[in-house]
Amino acid sequence: MNSANDNPARNTKLMNRFDLTSRLIAKLKNEEAVIGGIGNTNFDLWAAGHRPQNFYMLGSMGLAFPIALGVALAQPDRRVFALEGDGSLLMQLGSLTTIASLAPKNLTMVVMDNGIYQITGAQPTPAAAVADIVAIAVASGLSNSSWAADEDDFERLVEESMLAAGPTLIGVRIDDKPGTGTTRRDPVQIRERFMHGMGVREPL
Amino acid sequence: MSWHGVVLQTLKRNEVRLVPYVPDRVLTTLIRNLHADPFFTTFPAAREEEAVGIVSGAWMGGMRGAVLMQTSGFATLANVLASLAIPYQIPLIMFVSERGTLGEFNYGQSLVCRTMRPVLDSLAMEHHTATRLDEFEFIVDRSIKQAITTQAPVALILSPLLTGGKVFDK
Repeated sequence: MNSANDNPARNTKLMNRFDLTSRLIAKLKNEEAVIGGIGNTNFDLWAAGHRPQNFYMLGSMGLAFPIALGVALAQPDRRVFALEGDGSLLMQLGSLTTIASLAPKNLTMVVMDNGIYQITGAQPTPAAAVADIVAIAVASGLSNSSWAADEDDFERLVEESMLAAGPTLIGVRIDDKPGTGTTRRDPVQIRERFMHGMGVREPL
Repeated sequence: MSWHGVVLQTLKRNEVRLVPYVPDRVLTTLIRNLHADPFFTTFPAAREEEAVGIVSGAWMGGMRGAVLMQTSGFATLANVLASLAIPYQIPLIMFVSERGTLGEFNYGQSLVCRTMRPVLDSLAMEHHTATRLDEFEFIVDRSIKQAITTQAPVALILSPLLTGGKVFDK
């Protein structure tokens, strides 16, 4: 069986999830929503600095993009980012076609691809040695999908996505490091604060 | 008014605009009429779980939604109900067209149907089985309002007694 590193699609720079998440958060000036997928993806979002516009998932593997799509449909004038792991995305590949058909222009999706289920013991995903997530996204109808070559390219793609005429998907190849923080697992507070951040509700 | 007319009008009266679905034969007319009405944003999702994620995100963004599915689709939802809708207190509104009973011709459908109410009961979720047109609007309207005010999901099961169900054709 091939190892992940033999896959010719994975020829971009190996980056770090926390570093990339921090770079993304540093660019947000307009109360953009950020949906963090389960496990390390939202742990690093938490560690990058809590914002009321962040939503942290505590289960429901694979639903970061669908949840972000819902936010994007509800608030078409707000930019919505979704951070998802490659293993999580494999649970819900069909959602890429739903997003492509609805084509919300305010949605930017980031796939953190390390080819492993890091949090469960770093087992390789079934896609790791054989599939290209960005090619899958393009074939699903998300034509504005690309791999980030390095950190500067990631930042450039994030900025481009904010002006794009349709949804954007950015694939980033990351290392096998675990998340740097641990999200406080309080779903009601997470949801309530997010709704405050979205301007839907006022605190009591 | 027909049962599907009641669903459409009651959704509209309660400002429920976003209606993703995984289709069912029984839901065909309702889905067609939702598409034809510009009040609604309605579209197919690849999986019921995905549709639940979409309406959950929309709720948090200030837009009300409901998901349409059939019995076998509900059977894929235990994880998302237990990890998203219930603990995050999302008023998820589900319409489930009931297959598997009262004339079912597919053994698999009749088996999966038997898992539905035990799953709902094990999570202590509000659910109602609608069998009569004369009380249907009351059930739908009150259930939507209760879901929103109590921030809790609800499943409305559409019995073949209400819809006619799906009968063996080929």
